[in-house]
Amino acid sequence: MQELVAFDWWLLFVRWCHIASGVMWIGHLWYFNFTQTPTMPKIPTELRPGVAKYILPEALFWFRWGAMFTIIFGLILAWMNGYLWSAIKIGIGDHSTHNTAIGIGMWLGTIMWFNVWFIIWPNQKKNIGITPASPDEIKVAARTAGLASRVNTMLSIPMLYCMAGVHFY
Amino acid sequence: MKNPLDSLGQTIVLGFVLTVVVVLLIHAIA
Repeated sequence: MQELVAFDWWLLFVRWCHIASGVMWIGHLWYFNFTQTPTMPKIPTELRPGVAKYILPEALFWFRWGAMFTIIFGLILAWMNGYLWSAIKIGIGDHSTHNTAIGIGMWLGTIMWFNVWFIIWPNQKKNIGITPASPDEIKVAARTAGLASRVNTMLSIPMLYCMAGVHFY
Repeated sequence: MKNPLDSLGQTIVLGFVLTVVVVLLIHAIA
């Protein structure tokens, strides 16, 4: 019972939630980029709506809310660890490689979170028919969302280096 | 010129290049 109220237990709990949400988010991001997008052109035309109408909306739900909970738990975790402000200013003036590393990772993650909620999701809403759009607008929206998703895949590599590697700094 | 992000392979390579930049940045700042 003592452990349940101990600060360290809550630290572990928030860290666990942060990692689980992050797996949900980056797992879907990599699914889109490594599996779905390269496979779509190979799927017979009559079967494509199965992906676009059923799998994509569901995957986008877990993807964007995974991103939201990752950043929420991440910020709480940094605050509980006492380095939130130092990480926001990427450790400048604090002579801490640890806070610089986690700070750069946090900023990369924040850019990715912004891409998800303010570029990918609004454009995908046109693509899956939630926001009304003309065929030309849908084409532009799909291209924009696709590129932002690729940017996030690129950024996920250094972001994960910072997150996983921070304990070595 | 083709956008390198249209290729998954080039996206991954760019991700690793960016990681090297981040490592150098960590040591330069701290």
